[in-house]
Amino acid sequence: MDRVPLERKVLSENDRIAAELRARFQEHGILCLNLISSPGSGKTSLLERTLENLPRRDRVAVLTGDIQTENDANRLKRFGFPVKQITTGGTCHLDARMIERNLADWKLEDLDLLLIENVGNLVCPASYDLGEAAKIVVLSVTEGEDKPLKYPSIFFKSDLLVLNKVDLLPYVPFDMNAAAENARKVHPGMEIVKVCCVRGNGLQEWMTWLEQRRKAHKPLVPETVSQ
Amino acid sequence: MHEMGIANSVLEAVRSEMVRYPGSYPCKVCVRIGEMTAIDQEALRFCFDAMILETELESLELGIEVCPRRHRCQVCGNEFAVCDYDSRCPRCASLETAFFSGDELELAYLEVEEYGSSTVREKST
Repeated sequence: MDRVPLERKVLSENDRIAAELRARFQEHGILCLNLISSPGSGKTSLLERTLENLPRRDRVAVLTGDIQTENDANRLKRFGFPVKQITTGGTCHLDARMIERNLADWKLEDLDLLLIENVGNLVCPASYDLGEAAKIVVLSVTEGEDKPLKYPSIFFKSDLLVLNKVDLLPYVPFDMNAAAENARKVHPGMEIVKVCCVRGNGLQEWMTWLEQRRKAHKPLVPETVSQ
Repeated sequence: MHEMGIANSVLEAVRSEMVRYPGSYPCKVCVRIGEMTAIDQEALRFCFDAMILETELESLELGIEVCPRRHRCQVCGNEFAVCDYDSRCPRCASLETAFFSGDELELAYLEVEEYGSSTVREKST
């Protein structure tokens, strides 16, 4: 019997496509963010408030994933930015090929910011690189402060934790400090913003984070002035 | 339940690798799974077994090597496994430690056997 070393990633095909996407995003100066949470935490609401607050001239597009329905795309289209629904038909996460396929109709040179809303699931999306610059995990206060410990992978891999529905804090037994502490146990130094998408609390902090990321992502080479 | 997709990727890798070994069959494929990946071992085994059933890979065994989350101390250089999310260095108690492994999702190795050789080996042992 022979033992043959394989020594490669299990999801090497997904990772290959994700690396290609990342290179294309880099080439066009696009900041790509991958939003992940369990169903109902408020990813779509956060995107609604984000699009509402962005100037219409901004070069922003959204890909939103669900197992079925065009509901989220219909909610997000109202703001005038290009939005496309990805219905997976049963798959519990988005993968890099779905992103590649659904970007085909858009000109990347027309975009600066690509927001991807993953399928509502705190587990599986963590394994699939979509070529994003950062993952963002959304957790709502109705879910319990121990979620980072129960689902460490996604909290570990995300740059930012958005704690949503903070207006419900008086009504639910959610310990905000414990949640932050748990998130930072899994991911030391993790950035956290607290928002309420319904009333708008904390959104400024989120928009500032986004703006800083966008500025940091701009190509360092100054644009050449056409003569 | 993305373990079905993971199992499928493992089997695709086995099939493509076996093209290089005509006259042999695969006995075992081993994967490395980090503690910080969101992969459930039991679900992966369940999906793997369901996918090889009544195929040419029916006798293929799946080996899973679990890799703990490991940090390296930025102060004293100590490398250690993190238990219960306590990432403090057990040697110098520094909190300045950085993750360096534990998110593996890798194919480690494949064991292949020539057709007919297993009976020979059984006789010799």
